[in-house]
Amino acid sequence: MMQAFTMLTGVAAPLPIANIDTDKIIPARVLRTIVRAGLGKNLFDTLRFDETGAERPDFVLNQPAYRHAEILIAHDNFGCGSSREHAPWALLDFGIRCVIAPSFADIFHNNCFKNGVLPVRLPREICDQLMDDTKLGGNARVTIDLARQVVIRPNGQEISFDVDPFRKHLMLNGLDDIGQTMAHAASIDAYEARKTQDRAWLPAIPVAI
Amino acid sequence: MADARTLFDKVWDSHVVERLEDGTCILYIDRHLVHEVTSPQAFEGLRAAGRPVHRPDGTIAVVDHNIPTSDRSLPVEEPESRLQIETLEANVAAFGVPYIPVRDVRQGIVHIIGPELGLSLPGTTIVCGDSHTSTHGALGALAFGIGTSEVEHVLATQTLLQKPALNMRVQVDGKLAAGCTAKDIVLAIIGKIGTAGGTGHVIEFAGEAIRALDMAGRMTVCNMSIEAGARAGMIAPDETTFAYIAGRQFAPEGEALDRALAYWRTLPSDEGAHYDRVVNIDVSALVPMVTWGTSPEAVLPITGAVPDPAAEMDTDKRARLERMLDYMGLTAGQKLAEVPVDVVFIGSCTNGRIEDIRAAAHVAKGRHVAEGVRALVVPGSGLVKQQAEAEGLDRILLDAGFEWREAGCSMCLGMNPDRLAPGQRCASTSNRNFEGRQGPGGRTHLLSPAMAAAAAITGHLADVREFA
Repeated sequence: MMQAFTMLTGVAAPLPIANIDTDKIIPARVLRTIVRAGLGKNLFDTLRFDETGAERPDFVLNQPAYRHAEILIAHDNFGCGSSREHAPWALLDFGIRCVIAPSFADIFHNNCFKNGVLPVRLPREICDQLMDDTKLGGNARVTIDLARQVVIRPNGQEISFDVDPFRKHLMLNGLDDIGQTMAHAASIDAYEARKTQDRAWLPAIPVAI
Repeated sequence: MADARTLFDKVWDSHVVERLEDGTCILYIDRHLVHEVTSPQAFEGLRAAGRPVHRPDGTIAVVDHNIPTSDRSLPVEEPESRLQIETLEANVAAFGVPYIPVRDVRQGIVHIIGPELGLSLPGTTIVCGDSHTSTHGALGALAFGIGTSEVEHVLATQTLLQKPALNMRVQVDGKLAAGCTAKDIVLAIIGKIGTAGGTGHVIEFAGEAIRALDMAGRMTVCNMSIEAGARAGMIAPDETTFAYIAGRQFAPEGEALDRALAYWRTLPSDEGAHYDRVVNIDVSALVPMVTWGTSPEAVLPITGAVPDPAAEMDTDKRARLERMLDYMGLTAGQKLAEVPVDVVFIGSCTNGRIEDIRAAAHVAKGRHVAEGVRALVVPGSGLVKQQAEAEGLDRILLDAGFEWREAGCSMCLGMNPDRLAPGQRCASTSNRNFEGRQGPGGRTHLLSPAMAAAAAITGHLADVREFA
């Protein structure tokens, strides 16, 4: 069951890099897991740790003020590359529930919604302002109110954002979208009956392949 | 023409089960390809909810990412890899999903075997928990990568909740010069539109240069549409497509094939269909391409030199360039054709087909891999390997000092024993040059199979056009 996302107030960490790819968020070698939990320790693995496994002190999430950040602010095309859902799993496992960036890669954006991680698209100037706010360190608390679709800066200024209404509904209520689709099982059955006619040329794949 | 539709529109429309209030659609999926990395948590979700696999007859599973490309009779040594493989085997048995076993000759990279076995067909929807699912769009299918939650959604319902993408047309005109390939075309396109150039869009690749490509080349182009940020890449099916499909194991035959062909011929985009974005590119003057940075858009002709960050006015871009050069161990102004390589990797879902191996063997024939260079050739599937061996390509490559390995994802990503050591530089026919992609600290240069073979022979990035 997905964790609902309604309102979040937390520390925001700045990551002023564009094109943060999914290999940077979580490298392939740690994808060899059969569970969702436990990936937080490898979040941003090569950015966070050196070859010996020691923390890189200059990386934002290793700095005392941001170690417990729940919000990330980044530049364009966050999450480009692979379809690995391990990327939002790793963010979530680390404690990050919201990523704010000017743009996201499609599959990553989609995967976030399935896991209660809210991706918020805001123009670059606004992201830069929010990054300036984060210089206040642990005192800079940013609020995200999904119901009202606003980000609230530490100075109280509210910034509206767009979100797909269907996804918002699922996220606010922590709804499993498989359950939503299954409510339309009759439509799927009817489609399959039609398809058997329309695409009669499409062979079934035998179990004993 | 108001009702003129694109290829994407047609495939989309014919798969909409139901349109919900806000425009979200329940989209029917014809083929669901499953592999060991992105499926364990999905099967676990089904189990927890007590749900069966809705259409095992629209699902097929295979192991590819983790599998070692060494001797198949040996057990898988790395315990995490072995666990994922065994978990897939247990799941397909428990849920009754068709599965191609590790030691079956048809085993291979999921995006190679789909088309090869005739499972991927025009006018169908195909998904897989892997971004390179875009490959299958080369046949005129709507094929895209999904996350694990969506894998579970498809297993449970054979559908996905999706909103339609925007239409983008990339018109590729001109005739390719000798030495240039589909890989060079797609690298040039990504260099032009950038890694976010296709975000929110399905790209239809069209034009003379695309029509002239064989199916392997078309798959290479569609494979990398995700590297341009696109949701999917598609190419209208034509006689080249139909000739490729006929006779494959799971392709329709006889009367069913006639009906399929009649339908497939209606799929190409209508005259006057609307595209939200059109990009034109002429490839007649194209030069073989190679990436120099850590993003597929960081690409230049092999005749070029490493860019100088100092010449970049935008401070963000300059910082990004500096970081790339630092990671890649390159200096501004260095000639690309003089960059030495340690490893050469020929394979992957981008370039692991028989045509790719022929191209590499053509360059390798009668020559030898440079001293100190490790060169791997990894067929995309057991059938590709068998075909290459029947043609004697394995002998040519082995005689030239290349390694000839078993099918799998191999060095495209560091999930199996084929990995780069930190600092090693690789000329690779794969699709991503991200930091650490081929192993922590590894440095990747993307290029075509012929160019990779040329790099193996010379020991540095090289212009294959000089290998007459």
